[in-house]
Amino acid sequence: MKILVCITKSPDTTAKIAFTDNNTKFAADGVQWIINPYDEWYALVRAIELKEADASAVIHLITVGAADTEPIIRKALALGGDEAIRINAESSDSFYIASQIAEVAKEGSYDLIFTGKETIDYNGSSVGGMLAELLELPYISLATKFDIANGQATVIREIEGGEETNQAQLPVVVSCQKGVAEQRIPNMKGIMGARSKPLKVIDPTTIEPLTSIKSFELPPAKSGVKLIPADTPEELVRLLHEEAKVI
Amino acid sequence: MSVLIYIDQSEGQIKKTSFEVASYGAKVAELLGTSAEAVILGSVSDDLAALGNYGISKVHTVKNDSLNHLDAKVFAKVIAEAATSIGAKVIIFSNNFTGKAIAPIVSVKLKAGLVSGAIALPDVSNGFTVKKNVFSGKAFANVSINTDIKIIALNPNSYPVTATNGTAQVSELNIPVESPKIKVTATNKLEGEISLSEAELVVSGGRGLKGPENWSIVTDLAKALGAATACSRPVADSGWRPHHEHVGQTGLAIAPNLYIAIGISGAIQHLAGVNRSKVIVVINKDPEAPFFKAADYGIVADAFEVVPKITEAVKKLKHL
Repeated sequence: MKILVCITKSPDTTAKIAFTDNNTKFAADGVQWIINPYDEWYALVRAIELKEADASAVIHLITVGAADTEPIIRKALALGGDEAIRINAESSDSFYIASQIAEVAKEGSYDLIFTGKETIDYNGSSVGGMLAELLELPYISLATKFDIANGQATVIREIEGGEETNQAQLPVVVSCQKGVAEQRIPNMKGIMGARSKPLKVIDPTTIEPLTSIKSFELPPAKSGVKLIPADTPEELVRLLHEEAKVI
Repeated sequence: MSVLIYIDQSEGQIKKTSFEVASYGAKVAELLGTSAEAVILGSVSDDLAALGNYGISKVHTVKNDSLNHLDAKVFAKVIAEAATSIGAKVIIFSNNFTGKAIAPIVSVKLKAGLVSGAIALPDVSNGFTVKKNVFSGKAFANVSINTDIKIIALNPNSYPVTATNGTAQVSELNIPVESPKIKVTATNKLEGEISLSEAELVVSGGRGLKGPENWSIVTDLAKALGAATACSRPVADSGWRPHHEHVGQTGLAIAPNLYIAIGISGAIQHLAGVNRSKVIVVINKDPEAPFFKAADYGIVADAFEVVPKITEAVKKLKHL
């Protein structure tokens, strides 16, 4: 079984969010970059678990990013990926990213393609669905459980107010979220081994993005908390009813 | 040209988020000087003509047994064909679980730029720019859609539902439906619970509640308010509460009108999932809890003492 896991870098979850160049660029100076948590904790770790259950399985990692993406690719290899492909381009447009990945994936005959449910920077939730369409494969989004038997995937996906069990024949594209797997820490053997695993860099295909970011904004600062004395909790209810008008 | 709104339904009933996207889509149509039309798939028992109350002039239905369960690709193909047949230039989805599955596929089919997680009406004064959440709600981006057809997926609870008097014309579109490649073998709805992603009021608990045996103070307040319940990540990871209740950066991101956080210190990852809430109330005995900086109202107190009193006050207000 060949598994492709799509990963991307994102600012650490505690990174300070600021912008430069007249609010048109993310201020990346001093920011710690990590593997997008949905890609790492859920998509990649589930792929590793599947490989642990089937020794013949192979995990390829793919990312669209510049050279500074390589530390996070090495970390993904240290966790358990077998080889990695970096498409040497950067974009905020989901269609551009999905199209670049699709160009590579269609040559790879993958049985299973995992993405995280979204990135924690652009929050698009779009690459998985776009990839499925570009590759003409079935798509199951927001998986909270993933199992495989006899070439058939059984996936539990979240729906409003509950969950739904889906079945699909491989190959399939699945976007993963909490529940699919648990976060792992790479061990020293994995870190050492990752240094010699193949990391192929390829040039992007010419693709026109469909969207572009004009500018960023920060939310307005909060005016400050209104503290209510602990001995008059009914005052909170009055304020929520009369002032905030939310109950 | 027109604006096409995808009306999401579940078990024959229109989902609440659909009224929001209908109201939003009607306003987008007004901005563009055109009409708002809707498409709804599968068997529906609700009165579709009543979508006219939300500014929809025409409702296009596509009925087929294959459309009673979601296969994102099958749905996307039908919606893309419906959009083409009516000449839609803007297509609008809710950025709910269904919209997140379908909208990207329609985007590829029509080579239409997609902005998901939109939180405001588009700016059509110079091109077509849509404001969306980025960095998990810690910032916004103004995104230009550079294609002839535009797709917007609107975050739930981002636009007010505006009901007027109107009647939509309902007609059936004759679009062939492919056989699904995804088989739905079970659906498990959590009976009696309010869907967190759609909830207007949410009461949430953290480690400060000390254990699952104490959760009744959260559920009692939620019941009195008619709110959904949620929890922080350590609570879900400890198995005190189910994973689907985890709100935060790696759980569910929500934007209710009211978020009450009980015994949650407010780690940045938690805040990233709830900072779009219109009003945040924090109840914590630690006055240094970082959550107070993000809160609108706060009480520094022992939750076990103060929350039952709040519940009683809510019951009194609501004559329960």
